[in-house]
Amino acid sequence: MTGGREQMLDSIRRGLGRGPLGEAGKAAIAARLDDHRAGIIPARTRRDPAGLIELFIELAVGAAATVERLDGPRRIPIAVADYLAAHDLPRDLVMAPDPWLDRLLWAERPKLKLRPGRALATDATGIARAFAGVAETGTLAMVSSETSPSTISFVPDTHIVVLGASRIVVSCEEVFARLRREAGAAFMPRSLHLITGPSRTGDIEQRIVLGAHGPRRLHILLVDGTEA
Amino acid sequence: MQPTTKDFPENARRALGDVPLQAALGNIARGWQEKRTQAVAALPEFEALRTAAAAIKDHTIAHLDEYLERFESRVTEQGGTVHWCRSAEEARHTILAICHRLNARTVTKGKSMVAEEIGLNDFLGGHGIAPVETDLGEHIIQLRKEAPSHIIAPAVHLTQAQVAETFRAGHHGLPTNRRLDDARVLVDEARNVLRPRYFAAEVGITGANFLVAETGSAVIVTNEGNADLTQLLPKAHIVLAGIEKLVPTLEDAATILRVLARSATGQEMAAYTTFATGPRRARDVDGPEEFHVVLLDNGRSALLGTEFQDILRCIRCGACLNHCPVYTGIGGHAYGWVYTGPMGAVLTPALLGVAEAGHLPNASTFCGRCESVCPMRIPLPKMMRHWREREFAAHLAPHAIRRGLSWWAFFARRPALYRAAAGALARWLALMGGRLGYVRTLPLAGGWTAVRDMPAPSGRTFQQLWAMRAQPAAKKGSRP
Repeated sequence: MTGGREQMLDSIRRGLGRGPLGEAGKAAIAARLDDHRAGIIPARTRRDPAGLIELFIELAVGAAATVERLDGPRRIPIAVADYLAAHDLPRDLVMAPDPWLDRLLWAERPKLKLRPGRALATDATGIARAFAGVAETGTLAMVSSETSPSTISFVPDTHIVVLGASRIVVSCEEVFARLRREAGAAFMPRSLHLITGPSRTGDIEQRIVLGAHGPRRLHILLVDGTEA
Repeated sequence: MQPTTKDFPENARRALGDVPLQAALGNIARGWQEKRTQAVAALPEFEALRTAAAAIKDHTIAHLDEYLERFESRVTEQGGTVHWCRSAEEARHTILAICHRLNARTVTKGKSMVAEEIGLNDFLGGHGIAPVETDLGEHIIQLRKEAPSHIIAPAVHLTQAQVAETFRAGHHGLPTNRRLDDARVLVDEARNVLRPRYFAAEVGITGANFLVAETGSAVIVTNEGNADLTQLLPKAHIVLAGIEKLVPTLEDAATILRVLARSATGQEMAAYTTFATGPRRARDVDGPEEFHVVLLDNGRSALLGTEFQDILRCIRCGACLNHCPVYTGIGGHAYGWVYTGPMGAVLTPALLGVAEAGHLPNASTFCGRCESVCPMRIPLPKMMRHWREREFAAHLAPHAIRRGLSWWAFFARRPALYRAAAGALARWLALMGGRLGYVRTLPLAGGWTAVRDMPAPSGRTFQQLWAMRAQPAAKKGSRP
C-alpha cells in the first residue's frame, strides 16, 4: 500500500506544518540515533561490583525469582539436580544447545536427562544461559540465538537460568552497550527478553498469581569465578 | 468495537447501581493507587524521569515522518515488512491478507487496544479465522463477549465469582461441578485451556508499547508471558501499533520503561519486556519466520499541530484511569469504547468525533489527579476543556447548558449587575441553607441536587470576601 504510505507521511507533515526534512534536519536525526548516552540512571545503582550483585539478588528475589550462588560452574549440575529434587520435579530438562552448558560435568548427575534444542509443549523444565543480569531491577537479559532458543524462557513450567556474576551490569542501557560491542552492526537478536521474576497475573481481583502463561518458577544460578 | 459513547449518561447511572461492578472497582483504590504511590516513593528520580520521558516523545512526534521512515528501513533490512495503514479498514484487510496467505485458521493475540480500536476480532471471525485472546483478562472478556473495561486490565470490572461462572459456562469438556473458588485454580484452568492454542495458531498478533527507530524493534511489555508465546510459536508475528509508538533509540525506550510499569501496576519492571527485531535468523531454532508491522494512523496524524497533539505522548499505562474519581466510580464500560477514563475522554472524541463522544470530556470533575499522575505529563484536564469548547462551538452542547451559559454571559458582561445579582444569590442561598449549612433542593437545578446537597455559601460573594481580604482596613461592605 505505497499510496497509503505517502499519504500518511504527507498527513503527518501537514500536521507538523512543514515539508520533508532537509539535509540538515536528516543529519540531526541521524546524530540523535547514534547518540547512545544513557538517560537518568537511578542512584540506587551507584555501587561497587559486589554491591551490584547484592542489589541484583535482592531485587530478583523481590520479584519472586529464587537465586542460588555457586562458587564455580562445576557446581551447576549438582545444583540443578538438587533444585529439581527439592521441588519434586521430573529430572528431564530441555537445555539450550549451548556448547558452554554442554561442557559442564553433567555425568556427575547421571539421573538428569538433558535434551538440547528449543522447548516443546512437553518440556517441564528448561535451562539456558543469560546474556546479562541488570542490577537496577533484578532483571535477566536473554538473547535469542542458535545457542539460546527463546522458547526455553517461556514454554516450560520451570525456568533455570545460569548467570555469570561478572555479567551483572548496572542498567539495561549497559545491556544494549554490551550487545553493540559484542555483536557488531546488526546487533539486535531476533528477541531480547528482559525477564524480571516468573510469569504472573493480577487479572482476577488484582491478586497476584504466579505462573499465568510463562514459567511458574524462575531459578537463577549465579556463578562466581570463571565467565559464565 | 461498536461505540456506545452517546449513551454515556445512562451507562454511568446503570454502573453506579451495579453491585458486583462496584465491588470490583473497589479493588482499584486498594491495589493500583497504593502500589503506584509506593513505587514512586522508592525512586527519587521519578519526577525527573517523567520530564525526560515526555521530552523524548515530544521530540519524536515533532520528527515523526523521519523516524517512521528510519524504522521502516531497519525492519526491511532485517527481513520484516512494514504496512502503512491510514484507516481501521486498511489495517483489518492487511492483517486478513497475511492470514489468508498463510492459510491461517486460528490466530493467537496478545492484548492490544489498537486491535480493539479497529474491531479486529469480529472481522477475522467473520472471515472464518478464529481469534484467540491469550491475556487472561482478554480471555475472560472474550468468553463473555464483552469489551475491555480497562486498557491494561480488561476484566477489572469482574469479581472472582463472575470469572468462575464465566469459565464454567465457557470452558467445555471439564467437570461441571469442579471447584473454581480460588484465583490460583482459575489461572491454572485458563493456562491449560490456552496452552495448546499457542502451538496450533498459524499467526500471532501483538500490539507494541514502543517501536524503536534505531533498530526496527517492536517492544512489548507483559506480566503473563502470553505475548511472548504468541509471537514465538506461530509462523508469523504481526505487530499492530499506532504511529505514535515510535521512540528514537533503545536508550529512549529504557527511560520511558522506568516510568511505565511503576505508573501502571506499581512494579519496578513488568515480568517480561521483549524487543522483537525481524523474523528468526538463519541459524535460530525457534521464533517466527515472518515479521510484519502494521502501522496505523486512523486519525492520529490529524491531531498533530492541534491542541490535542500532546495525547500522542500517551503510553497507555492506565494511571489516569486508576486515579480518576469518575472512572473508579463507574468503570470502563460506561465510556462506551476502547479508550476510557481521562485519556479516553481526550482520545475518543479525537478518533470518533466530538458529535459521537462529546459526553466523555464532560464526565470530569477537573480534580486534576490524572495530570498529576500521568508519567508523560499530558495536560488531560486542559484538553478536556478544549473538547468542551469545540462541542459548544459546534452547537452540540445540550440546550439547558447553552441557555445557562448565555444567561451567565449576559451578567458577566455587565459587572455591576453581576455583583448585585451574585450578592443577592449568595444571601438567598445562605438563607436557604439555614442552620444546616446545606441546600437540599434548588429550583432549576433539581437534577444536580437530586443526588447531592450543595454546601450553602456564607452569605457573601467571592468578590466581597476578596475585597475584605485585600483591604482589611476598609469598612465592611463599603466595597461590594
